[in-house]
Amino acid sequence: MSTRDAASPEAASRESASPDTASTMLPDIIRPYGDTTGDGMVQVSFTLPIPHDKRAEGAALQLAAKMGLAPALLVHAKAMGSDFTFFIVYGSASHLVDLREVMVIEREFPLLTAKEVNSLIKKRLRRKLVIVGACIGTDAHTVGIDAILNIKGFAGEKGLEYYREIKVVNCGAQVLVPELVARAREERADAVLVSQVVTQKDAHIHNTMTMSAAFRESYPAGKVPLLVVGGPRFEQGSAGTLGVDRIFGKGTTPGEVASYLVHAMATTTKENPR
Amino acid sequence: MSTATRMPKPKLELDPVVIRKVRSLARKAGAPVVRLAKTHTTVSVERAVLRLAGLSGADHDGVPWVNHLVDAVRDEVGLEHGVAPPVFDALRRAEAADLLTLAQKSAAGSVSFRLPQGRDSSAAVKLALRSVKPGMARIDRNRATRDALIKRHGNPRQRPWIYLIVATGDIYEDIPQAKTAAREGADVIAVIRSTGQSLLDFVPEGATREGYAGTYATQENFRLMRAALDEVSKELGRYVRLTNYASGLCMPEIAALAGLERLDMMLNDSMYGILFRDINPIRTFVDQRFSRQIHARAGIIINTGEDNYLTTTDAVEAAHTVTVSQLMNEYFAKEAGLADWQLGLGHAFEINPEIPDSFRMELAQALLARQLFPKAPLKWMPPTKHMTGDVFRGYLLDGFFNLVGAMTSQDILLVGMMTEAVVTPFLSDRDLALQNVRYVLNAAGGLIEDFHPPRDGFIQTRARQVLSEAVDLLERIVNDTGQPGTVPLLQAISDGTFGLMKRPPDAGKGLDGVFRRAPGYDNPATTLLAEGVGK
Repeated sequence: MSTRDAASPEAASRESASPDTASTMLPDIIRPYGDTTGDGMVQVSFTLPIPHDKRAEGAALQLAAKMGLAPALLVHAKAMGSDFTFFIVYGSASHLVDLREVMVIEREFPLLTAKEVNSLIKKRLRRKLVIVGACIGTDAHTVGIDAILNIKGFAGEKGLEYYREIKVVNCGAQVLVPELVARAREERADAVLVSQVVTQKDAHIHNTMTMSAAFRESYPAGKVPLLVVGGPRFEQGSAGTLGVDRIFGKGTTPGEVASYLVHAMATTTKENPR
Repeated sequence: MSTATRMPKPKLELDPVVIRKVRSLARKAGAPVVRLAKTHTTVSVERAVLRLAGLSGADHDGVPWVNHLVDAVRDEVGLEHGVAPPVFDALRRAEAADLLTLAQKSAAGSVSFRLPQGRDSSAAVKLALRSVKPGMARIDRNRATRDALIKRHGNPRQRPWIYLIVATGDIYEDIPQAKTAAREGADVIAVIRSTGQSLLDFVPEGATREGYAGTYATQENFRLMRAALDEVSKELGRYVRLTNYASGLCMPEIAALAGLERLDMMLNDSMYGILFRDINPIRTFVDQRFSRQIHARAGIIINTGEDNYLTTTDAVEAAHTVTVSQLMNEYFAKEAGLADWQLGLGHAFEINPEIPDSFRMELAQALLARQLFPKAPLKWMPPTKHMTGDVFRGYLLDGFFNLVGAMTSQDILLVGMMTEAVVTPFLSDRDLALQNVRYVLNAAGGLIEDFHPPRDGFIQTRARQVLSEAVDLLERIVNDTGQPGTVPLLQAISDGTFGLMKRPPDAGKGLDGVFRRAPGYDNPATTLLAEGVGK
């Protein structure tokens, strides 16, 4: 354990971040907040593949400096075995965040209650909405798909099985793509929900692309069910590349998925009545 | 050798009548399943027999020779009588000089198999028995070697044993990581399998360097890792145990390979494959019984997977399903010949930390398991479901998990990682996790002495409630007779009683590899296993 002196963090802050707390207007330029507006303070931890000595601590500070932390405070260094050293560094980030350059994909559909979802399905489809869900490929982690589909639900919201007007077919884990396509055809699925948790070697990307290609191949153009994937590591805005209609990320609730499905159904069924 | 050493003083006042009742219900629920297992065989059981007879290796496409041979016999004469009679009859008829040649010729379609009759049959059975004996002897020798090494190097100095996972996908990366983990304090190394493996209907061959979220279980990988851990055991003066997975479609073969390569623990749950991998229930129960017979013989500690129920259902509402599963695992294990010290029954810290008294309920559940199975080396598994990605909060949660482990005399502690649900743990995450465990065991391990939940207090009441719900569930299962001839436990599984998943007995993966045994079915491995080794 060792610590280094650093100039007071306040010295580093004089950017345009407006400290005007009375105003609800956000400034365009901001910096991280430690305990004072504009101090830029962040905390990082990392390991270097060298034994712990003075040189290792110097190396950690060099990395911190190159990461834009100035001044940087090495608050903890610990040997892990004879070949590695773990560091915790606090420091003021010299980078600025320009809020005008931040791109966000806003939710393109309104959030509905289960009741609203049910009545919209009834009105528009006059039958139940059929959803086939699965974890595909090598992925055996059904947590995600179950959170959305199982009646038990997630984050206090009931899963899609709970919706009276939705028929849920949960195929479970490690479903092969051809099996999923066959099942979707057999059930005349309106939407196919696929969950991908395992991301090693980009398995989630490969699996998703294989899946979407298989559906496009098996269905006539324009008749493919809505393809929806969910998982913690999908990039926002990559639905097009993956060949799916929508991606959902970490923390998605069943209600969001149901609302999306109803919204998408309304916009697609006009063009391609099923 | 005995691994369950202490008999902790009971802390819960459970009614012994209820405990006897719940065990007898488990027996009632399990017995028809055992009958089913005894009257069926599977392709994987038969392939395990060939592996014990020394057949290994694969063709240039990676298809193992045991698969070729079993498939050829299945196509020609069926597997209802076992693979051994036709195979060893063919060897007697000099169709080939040895098993490997026979398998190669059968792959080319140039062997004809028949079902030997009369004297030919008894001669084939005899030859089969003689051929499987060396494999069984190797399993016995490995067990003796393990005992000798434990005597020489010693067991871990503390309880619980510290269980760490290694999972790079590449056996040559796993080895240095496993050695490092052992040096940092791991007593048990588990090599996680590639996620796809449970649904492969063959065991891959050789040393492997490509896997998804884990490393393939192969005989060569087993051998390499065990040799590496033997080295590090010597260096550390403590026998480091190796764990892998006898689950999925090749459970019996992997159990056999584990025995042949001196693995020390195997994950082997009675219902996991059915519920979470959608493997056919009958296939699973048949495979499982054979695997457990091998594990019993090999002196391997099994680890059961009750933690999984809690990842799909609510840990408070479904607490009793864990207890029921533990009881079923115990029944099936003992029926297959495993001793108490080999039953690493599982449970996990998965109650939502947001709800009041979550820690007290965890304590109650852990004590309940401890008291129901006083001699079993219980496996205590860390939070996963409520690890949010906030690694700081996760670290605290793991600390509380460790505290329950320390306060309730758990035997095998799977080390929780704060990066659960975030990334594969960094080297530093593992180091921090081990510091967490060591701090808690050092600081609070002795609390076992002081901690006695008050009579009829929250903890005792909660434990009794879970136990009584377990009784209710088992009663429901046992009385759910349905149509005549149906097996109540299978009925319950197909109704979605466990983990909310519905798995009917006539569906699921691997069903086409299940066969009803014909009269005269012969399995030399089972014959030898039944004779036992006097342990």
